[in-house]
Amino acid sequence: MDTSGCTFMKVIVPVKQVPEVAEVRINPETGTLIREGVPSILNPFDEYAVEAAIQLKEKLGGEVTVVTMGPPQAKEVLLKALAMGADKAILLTDRAFAGADTWATARTLSEQIKKMEYDLVICGKQAIDGDTAQVGPEIAELLGIPQVCYVRHLEVEEDGKFVVVHRGTDEGYEVVRVKLPALLTATKGLNEPRLPNIMGIMKAKKKPLEEVTVTTLGISPDSIGLKGSPTTVRKVFAPERRKGGIKIEGTDPKAAAKKLVEFLASKGAI
Amino acid sequence: MVLIYDKEKCTGCMLCPKVCNFGAITKDGNKVRFDFDKCVLCGSCQEVCPVNAIKIERKAVDKDKIAQYKDVWVVCETAEGRVRSVAYELVTKARVLADNLREKVVAVLIGSDTSSYAESLIQQGADKVLVVDDKAFADYTTDAYTIAVTSLIAPRKPAIVLFGATGNGRDLAPRVAARLGLGLTADCTGLEIDDKRQLVQIRPAFGGNIMAEILCPYTRPQMSTVRPNVFKPRERDVSRKGTIEKVEVKINPVQIRTRVVNRVKELAEGMKPIDTADVIVCSGRGIKDPANLTLPTELAKLLDAAVGGSRPVVDAGWLPPSQQVGQSGRTVCPKLYFALGISGAIQHRIGMSSSDVIVAVNKDPEAPIFEIADFGIVGDLFEVVPAVIEELKNLQSER
Ligand SMILES: Cc1cc2nc3c(=O)[nH]c(=O)nc-3n(C[C@H](O)[C@H](O)[C@H](O)COP(=O)(O)OP(=O)(O)OC[C@H]3O[C@@H](n4cnc5c(N)ncnc54)[C@H](O)[C@@H]3O)c2cc1C
Ligand SMILES: Nc1ncnc2c1ncn2[C@@H]1O[C@H](COP(=O)(O)O)[C@@H](O)[C@H]1O
Repeated sequence: MDTSGCTFMKVIVPVKQVPEVAEVRINPETGTLIREGVPSILNPFDEYAVEAAIQLKEKLGGEVTVVTMGPPQAKEVLLKALAMGADKAILLTDRAFAGADTWATARTLSEQIKKMEYDLVICGKQAIDGDTAQVGPEIAELLGIPQVCYVRHLEVEEDGKFVVVHRGTDEGYEVVRVKLPALLTATKGLNEPRLPNIMGIMKAKKKPLEEVTVTTLGISPDSIGLKGSPTTVRKVFAPERRKGGIKIEGTDPKAAAKKLVEFLASKGAI
Repeated sequence: MVLIYDKEKCTGCMLCPKVCNFGAITKDGNKVRFDFDKCVLCGSCQEVCPVNAIKIERKAVDKDKIAQYKDVWVVCETAEGRVRSVAYELVTKARVLADNLREKVVAVLIGSDTSSYAESLIQQGADKVLVVDDKAFADYTTDAYTIAVTSLIAPRKPAIVLFGATGNGRDLAPRVAARLGLGLTADCTGLEIDDKRQLVQIRPAFGGNIMAEILCPYTRPQMSTVRPNVFKPRERDVSRKGTIEKVEVKINPVQIRTRVVNRVKELAEGMKPIDTADVIVCSGRGIKDPANLTLPTELAKLLDAAVGGSRPVVDAGWLPPSQQVGQSGRTVCPKLYFALGISGAIQHRIGMSSSDVIVAVNKDPEAPIFEIADFGIVGDLFEVVPAVIEELKNLQSER
């Protein structure tokens, strides 16, 4: 590729396969997680990250590598990202990686990323299964690079050495300038992720997809997976299901409003 | 930690698959099989096995080392020169935890010109306040705050450190955890002390469809970010005494690798952020036109509420992204939540179903929002909401 006049950006995007959470439930009789029949998807926030990386490549020239740690079937989300336009994929899969909490996940991913060249690492804001939003900042720390979370807008400065981003805050956003390499976490508003087209899907299968195990990663099994996780899940349980209360139908608005205000006053809510 | 399954001993009673929360044990002929991709070594199966065919070997906990870590810390967030309300909520909760452990509550107050708030944290229940007051901390930066918090924690060895699960809290806590090699539990909604003096961290997962109890058995401090508005701050006791210690943390400008060039407020004059509001008036597609937002805004004014929107309302640009409630927006748990013209899709409910009281107004009697509303009105919001405003005005003039 001719990159003259361009800033060649190497971007790594860690992506996660997550269940469609709306459908994950607990079986009320056995108290177990029902996962059967629940479809798996590419974490929606990671789609923004992949899209951002591809747009940078299209604009400035560069290379996008997606990385996931997960079971063998997590390959599906890598294929999706490749079909969107990522160039290479890495699947970290090994029994020893399983059961990792955010710290052990970040350790594993950062060990892989340390072996690669990059200008930017873009994570999703959070994975919708655990909703922790911790893996991104933890990777940044382990790589020793700065982070900017909740990025809604991204621009690379002309010399390709700095990025200027909009970081969402409670009141609006901050315009933040940071030197590369850096880690960003992507949130809604950053872009509209594209849908892979047929050509993309066909090409994806031919793009390089490397599988990495504990041995090839060269990391001690004690520091990763369940063994390397400082936190442990003691128990899961179903939350108390909320039930509907009063429902007023067919009453004239005035009377309904009156009842509502009485109800709120009786609850001490107003 | 490893799980050892003794197939010889197993009698095939099938008790263990029934208690496994994670679907990791399946029947395999007249024995069982473990799926280690799913197993989290929680130990439920070991407990029920009548013949001790399942053994989990855990890392030995270094009791002496863990015993060196004492006290419950709260990292108190400041914004625009003030302490955020979540800090007071957490100090209140920390007091309960510390009393349980017979230890102290230490509040960490980092900011610029914010030391005057130290007293209020003591009144709220802190025994000690560590004050870091320097221009370097006027605005939040990941780098400066990480240095400050880690340099306080590392030598002083607290048993527990709590952060507010705000935007900045969730940016800072994982950075600190990774620097110190510690576990961190995100966005907790419950905290307890168990009989082993461990912190039990309770949090929703899978979009609130399940709850999990998380422990941090081998390392200290135990760290969590805690959702705002979950614990109510108790009344302050102005006679409470405590100590205030000023600590100097040196920051070299080269250590700060990000620079805030500009801050943009998107909230219209008088509009409140949804995360911290006690009351939220949220509108959905049923509001139809941005001009109609004056109606929920008027209701919000009366109740000192924040104005929120469902995703379509924010996607259309009628409200800023900071005001979106739901899975791809924010999770909120106010005392009172109005859902006006919102159908109640699961992705929306995930963000608001833990509100104390939910009121829904929707034309469609079948709208799923009614399944969780404490008070639902089937009707046109353009008729109902003005009537509610009127009633509220009447009530307020009576009071
Ligand atoms: C990955 C993902 C993430 C998502 N994240 C979010 C999120 O964060 N937040 C979110 O809200 N959604 C989210 N969604 C979208 C969600 O699935 C729904 O599409 C959305 O919540 C619907 O918004 P709504 O209720 O405002 O609109 P609709 O579903 O169109 O409902 C409008 C309602 O208004 C009622 N109505 C119309 N006119 C009136 C009137 N005059 N008076 C009274 N009632 C009236 C109608 O009966 C209807 O029930 C997400 C979806 C996906 C796939
Ligand atoms: N197993 C994983 N493999 C690759 N990336 C991950 C993994 N887990 C988390 N991430 C990345 O970290 C982000 C935040 O995840 P979490 O901290 O789990 O909410 C995700 O959006 C991903 O970009």
